[in-house]
Amino acid sequence: MDSMTWIAVASIISAGLAMGIGSIGPALGEGNAVSQALSAIAQQPDEKNSITRTLFVSLAMIESIAIYCFVISMILIFANPFWDHAIKAVK
Amino acid sequence: MEILGLNQISPDQVILWHWRFITINATLIFTWLVMAILVLTSWLVTRKITSGEEISRWQGLLEAVVMGIREQIRETSQGDPDEYTSFVGTLFLFIGLSNFLMIVPGYVAPTSSLTTTCALAICVFIAVPFYGIKNQGIIHYLKEYFQPTLIFFPFHVMGEITRTVALMIRLFGNIMSHDKVIGILLAVTPFLFPVVMQALGLLIGMVQAYIFAILAMVYIASASQAQEEQHQVVVEKV
Repeated sequence: MDSMTWIAVASIISAGLAMGIGSIGPALGEGNAVSQALSAIAQQPDEKNSITRTLFVSLAMIESIAIYCFVISMILIFANPFWDHAIKAVK
Repeated sequence: MEILGLNQISPDQVILWHWRFITINATLIFTWLVMAILVLTSWLVTRKITSGEEISRWQGLLEAVVMGIREQIRETSQGDPDEYTSFVGTLFLFIGLSNFLMIVPGYVAPTSSLTTTCALAICVFIAVPFYGIKNQGIIHYLKEYFQPTLIFFPFHVMGEITRTVALMIRLFGNIMSHDKVIGILLAVTPFLFPVVMQALGLLIGMVQAYIFAILAMVYIASASQAQEEQHQVVVEKV
């Protein structure tokens, strides 16, 4: 196999790995956050508004870690800098 | 009508008009569209603003929006919201409208381009020291960087930079990933699922706008109020 194929193989495999491994942590964290927030609402229904607001903000912050992985894998697949470099080198 | 191909991850790559070194791409067009809608609506409504009991429906809408923003800022900053409403409210309205218009066919949210979110994050990056120095003076503001000891200075600087980058990537990643997910779903299951995802995208867009504004507010508040608490403690001791 030539170097182009190796770049493609490495990019696709590492994009899948980045997405798969990178979403384990945020998934656990989000589940934990939601379960804690639900039990907090069950204990104190009067504080529902402020708990929900804080929950949304923290969910988005936890989720952003998974989003970083997604951005990396998107860059690897759609806008791969090494791929462009290899094409320029061939030409 | 999709003007953004599946293999393009940013509307910067859609070039509509090109002349020498001036390039008009889709991001610019849609940014100006969103700004024009915001400015024109506010101008038209506030032109004949009244304070009587009879107010027009549009004035009621704008009053509800502004009051909601002020209420949120008051709860977050625990202080007078008027100082921050112009900046944080503008951030929220711009991001919110540009994400909300995603349901219009042929429109690509300017926030799905890294350049727009980078500009917004740099605005926050500059606003934090601006409000910090304005509210507690340059000496007290700079002293924050050396809390609790001198060694923590590089970590404070690093934190300042990384949270700006996080703010930028978070908004870009969420909106761009939404675009891409819909594009992929359209190719796999054409009818029902993309519509459901569009509805979810409205929620995601508003939540992201809210989070961007709230985080900006939290950063500004932490820079401009950290010292006030110590002042209060000193005053109470005296």
